[in-house]
Amino acid sequence: MKTKYTTVYRTLLFVAGILAVSLPAVAIDTLKIMVPANAGGGWDQTGRALETAMKSGKIVQHITIENKGGAAGTIGLAQFVNNAKGNPNAIIVGGAVMVGGIITNKSPVTLKDVTPIARLTGEYDVIVVPADSPIKTMKDLVAQLKKDPGSVAWGGGSKGGVDHILAALIAQDAGIDPSKVNYIAYAGGGEAIAAIVGGHVTAGVSGWGEFEGQINAGKLRPLAVSSEKRIPGINVPTLKEQGINVELANWRGVFAAPGLSDAQRKELLTTIEKTAKSKEWQETLKQKNWIDLYLAGDDFGKYVVSEEARLGKILTSLGLAK
Amino acid sequence: METLASLISGFAIALTLQNLGLGLLGVLLGTAVGVLPGIGPGLAIALLLPATSHFDATGALIMFAGVYYGAMYGGSTTSILLNTPGESASIATAIEGNMMAKNGRAGPALATSAIGSFVAGTIGIVLLTVMAPLVVDIAIKFGPAEYFAVMVLAFITISALLGNSRVRGLVSLCLGIFVGLIGFDRQSGQARFTFGIPQLFDGIDVVVVAVGLFAVGEALYMATYLNRVGDNLQKMKGSIWMSKQDWKRSWKPWLRGTALGFPFGALPAGGAEIPTFLSYAIEKKLSKHPEEFGKGAIEGVAGPEAANNASVTGSITMLLTLGLPVSVTAAIVLVAFTQYGLQPGPLLFQNNPSLVWGLIASMYIGNVLLLILNLPLVGIWVKLLRIPRPLLYAGILVFATLGTYGIRNDWFDLLLLYIIGVVGFFMRRYDFPVAPTIVGMILGPLAEQNLRRALSISRGDFSIFVTKPICATILAIIILVLIAPPLWRFIESRRPARRRK
Repeated sequence: MKTKYTTVYRTLLFVAGILAVSLPAVAIDTLKIMVPANAGGGWDQTGRALETAMKSGKIVQHITIENKGGAAGTIGLAQFVNNAKGNPNAIIVGGAVMVGGIITNKSPVTLKDVTPIARLTGEYDVIVVPADSPIKTMKDLVAQLKKDPGSVAWGGGSKGGVDHILAALIAQDAGIDPSKVNYIAYAGGGEAIAAIVGGHVTAGVSGWGEFEGQINAGKLRPLAVSSEKRIPGINVPTLKEQGINVELANWRGVFAAPGLSDAQRKELLTTIEKTAKSKEWQETLKQKNWIDLYLAGDDFGKYVVSEEARLGKILTSLGLAK
Repeated sequence: METLASLISGFAIALTLQNLGLGLLGVLLGTAVGVLPGIGPGLAIALLLPATSHFDATGALIMFAGVYYGAMYGGSTTSILLNTPGESASIATAIEGNMMAKNGRAGPALATSAIGSFVAGTIGIVLLTVMAPLVVDIAIKFGPAEYFAVMVLAFITISALLGNSRVRGLVSLCLGIFVGLIGFDRQSGQARFTFGIPQLFDGIDVVVVAVGLFAVGEALYMATYLNRVGDNLQKMKGSIWMSKQDWKRSWKPWLRGTALGFPFGALPAGGAEIPTFLSYAIEKKLSKHPEEFGKGAIEGVAGPEAANNASVTGSITMLLTLGLPVSVTAAIVLVAFTQYGLQPGPLLFQNNPSLVWGLIASMYIGNVLLLILNLPLVGIWVKLLRIPRPLLYAGILVFATLGTYGIRNDWFDLLLLYIIGVVGFFMRRYDFPVAPTIVGMILGPLAEQNLRRALSISRGDFSIFVTKPICATILAIIILVLIAPPLWRFIESRRPARRRK
């Protein structure tokens, strides 16, 4: 008899699961990760790597990921602020790109509307061209830029983000008005890669991890990385080696919903800390060439404020923000 | 070979217990809504959208695909037994099918339509399987200019050609594009038409609009106008099975119907009406028993039903490969894609191979499930027709309201839902098609984004749209699609003598 009841119970649960409106649970056994970019990009990779680490480390059992791309993640951020208010089981991925985008776009929704949890990773950008492009080195690219700045269409992440800043800094270093940079913003991932591989834009600029697959497949030619020194294991010269005095890194982290109690915030902090320290996460960092920049809680909150000031200054000096 | 490997991995995904269950649930629900007159697959999927927001994308889409072709099977059941085709695509089936039912041959009519649908559906999916990988190679050739052209093609197709009136279609489309523009601009992040209301910053959820237009609008319309329907249900008499003679007279029409249906379904503006009627006309001409037509000829059921189902697969092919929604239901499936942050288009195969191949594999399985389910269960489906309409539509309203509130537990969405529902009621009342609104809302912002990117790349030079071969071809198709039907009518009107013999 017992087994029969279990079957009935399970069937009922299944039906209820389909029809039920989800209710927030008490402990963190479910987590909704908002990725405010399209699939395949850096934030998406961060969100999915978190999912893998949490699941295989048995830290959180049920995880759903939602992609909502566009406008430096501010569309996703607005949706997160609207939908997740007071929900202790929801986080949003974000980072320097979002900080820059909020400043450039004068977004009415900002990072002050969410609860900072932790900075997780840092990553350097790489500049690429399609494999069949006549441009072979950074010198060729800069030469074309000098001849006619508008003729170089840069494809990369959101407007005002790290990728956009890097393209503008390169132009500035070459003595070109950075506001003349012809920058085509993509909400990250597949779309941007397709545009670059297909030769629809001249050059691509984004995080190493976003282009790595296509670089290894021989479809994209890397011209330079934005780090100070060469990245171990990656045989691509830096910008500085090629006479361009520019160095820039991107960081990514996670934020929680507004209106959480101290206990709920603490719960999330512990969950993320456990994940960041897990073996799976550390392996992911190595595999993706991400730098471990773990910084949590109030320290991270202060860091975000300092980043707003720093990126705001750069964006203003480049003429990208007023 | 690569295709075969992809397909096998697709079966591995589709055959998991969860996805198999969802597929089964989808075809059951689909058949049920197909049987109920007035509830099409569009409405059914719109209602399910909020409830599935917690599923993973693959499972949900497998279920929706099941609803889609389940509804096609179910629709033929009502056409045959009730002479009330749920969709325009089933009208041709109803002509002969209902006559057969009146002659006490409902069983063979239902059987030939079910088996014909199975044959057509399966051939269609094989074609999709073969064609899909070709699209992947085209994918990277699609830049912003090409995407913009495809989206304009989608706009023209769905608004100017699917309905009866171009002006109404275009008005509906523009309404959709306007609603789609509400919220942050995806390129620059500027807030547009938000009136400072924070709930509007991330735009209006397309699910709310779909549920409002399809479910609430439809329920209000039914409550106001359709409480005086007289049904005359044909009883099932005699054997359900087809005789040897029936088989012999059915198999050729099935194949001919498939050959007509798939290309028309895939064609922008092709739809299912033209191939079903074409099939009917061809079968009448080729039949050895032309005298039976109008009195219950089995060929007249077999051909159009196959054409109907093949066109469904054709339109799914276009949706998966190019992101072109060529029918109302495809427009709703497009909503499902957007809900999961997926962009249908050439890149879907590259970015989400497991989803696409899982979906394709589930379509094979779904067709088999439908065949097994439908032949013996016809009697049960017919019982559904006894549900009183007021109860049915009240239930739909409750479900729509609960589901919408469930998306983010915000009363603001309910307000929007009912405002949109009232708009949907008036659109229905004055014969404005609602599908263009949905398509405009989803593709409008994407078209804008790609137009801006294309012009940024070309530095403001509009010739980018005609100098690129793919783009120019698509634009040529758009012009052809716009001028061909009126031109055709003109030519036809010039030679009335030959037509009438």
